[in-house]
Amino acid sequence: MSAAPTRIAYFPGCAMKDQARPYEEGALAALAALGVEVLELPRWNCCGTVYSLSQDDLMRHVGPVRNLVRAQTMGEPRLLTLCAMCYATLARSERFVREPERLARINAFMDDEPDYLGGVRVVHLLELLRDEIGFQALAAKTVRSLDGLRVAPYYGCTLLRPRAIGVDDPDMPTVMEDLAAALGATPVPFAERGECCGSFLTATSPEVVQERTGRILASARAAGAELIVTSCPLCQYNLGAHRPPAMPETPMVYLGELLAWALIEGACVPEPLRSLPAADACMGASA
Amino acid sequence: MTTMLVLSARTLHAPFARRVEELSGQNPYACYQCGKCSAGCLFADHMDALPNQVLRLVQLGDESVLDLNAPWACAACLACEVRCPRGVDIARTMEALRQLALRAGRQPAALRLEPDHPQIALVGATRKVTS
Repeated sequence: MSAAPTRIAYFPGCAMKDQARPYEEGALAALAALGVEVLELPRWNCCGTVYSLSQDDLMRHVGPVRNLVRAQTMGEPRLLTLCAMCYATLARSERFVREPERLARINAFMDDEPDYLGGVRVVHLLELLRDEIGFQALAAKTVRSLDGLRVAPYYGCTLLRPRAIGVDDPDMPTVMEDLAAALGATPVPFAERGECCGSFLTATSPEVVQERTGRILASARAAGAELIVTSCPLCQYNLGAHRPPAMPETPMVYLGELLAWALIEGACVPEPLRSLPAADACMGASA
Repeated sequence: MTTMLVLSARTLHAPFARRVEELSGQNPYACYQCGKCSAGCLFADHMDALPNQVLRLVQLGDESVLDLNAPWACAACLACEVRCPRGVDIARTMEALRQLALRAGRQPAALRLEPDHPQIALVGATRKVTS
């Protein structure tokens, strides 16, 4: 809640340069407006997307640790992520290599890199906004209000679980609802907001993902959601691609799009918001 | 039909259970079969054994657990991890079983790829079906 942080290193991950580009554009514009200097790693590689859960495949921690080395080389103590999956993979690997023996083996393997010395803190966009900028300061920076729009945040898994790295209480998260309220929306907490969409099963068991997606969307609709907001590109893909054909579409945006819309003068209204009554009112107010 | 279950010190703490423990970092014998993991599992309907039953088979050293589809139906969402009153991260046990099945040459869940799959789905799914 104090002065805005000055700078932070940034790991984009694959989705931010591809299907989640509107998330990155919106988030970076919003952070610039909030006075945060965001430094993209000059070189980065895939985080692995899913954290390895077995004890003996150190190989799968090399990707995340290489990215931590890049932040360390820049002299930055923190690494920002926008993608919920990148956040969990990097934050968990960072904890995994706190054990010296593991770290020594990974450093020995990556002998073409400087050793990772430990201590880079992985930070998700939501933590930066809540813990350093503060939602009150954020609300003071809005150029248009979401005008009571009924916004339903969908957390999915990796923002909340495991508990050790979750950005909020896995059973009763409020961070995205509080953020939506700061932007002038009416937050709509719904029962399935932290329940898995099926994740990578989309490429092995799409019928399971369709069943999950149907339940999640039905839960949001039953709670009266006019808009769903996510911070995970895979959740966003699954909820979009596997919506049951008979179910009407609920507009859906990335967290970054919502921020830019509220914080950037003249920001383009995200496509899914254009048909909403609140969108017109807000556009009129800002014109 | 009757089922006979032989409980013996030779199968309890069997090499197989120890191997799963080593790979997962989770003590299977910490589980007291309350079933909370299965009650909250979003994917249990698609499993041929419930998560707590999978863990029970591991406790009993029963290697037939490697032939089940349950580990492949797990999305590693960790709903069980945050709810287990005994601190067992069953998602890790499921991962260990996937790894052991793969390393024993058993067939993993098949990839069904679509042109519009984002990289994040392909990398995630591919990692789960390779060792």
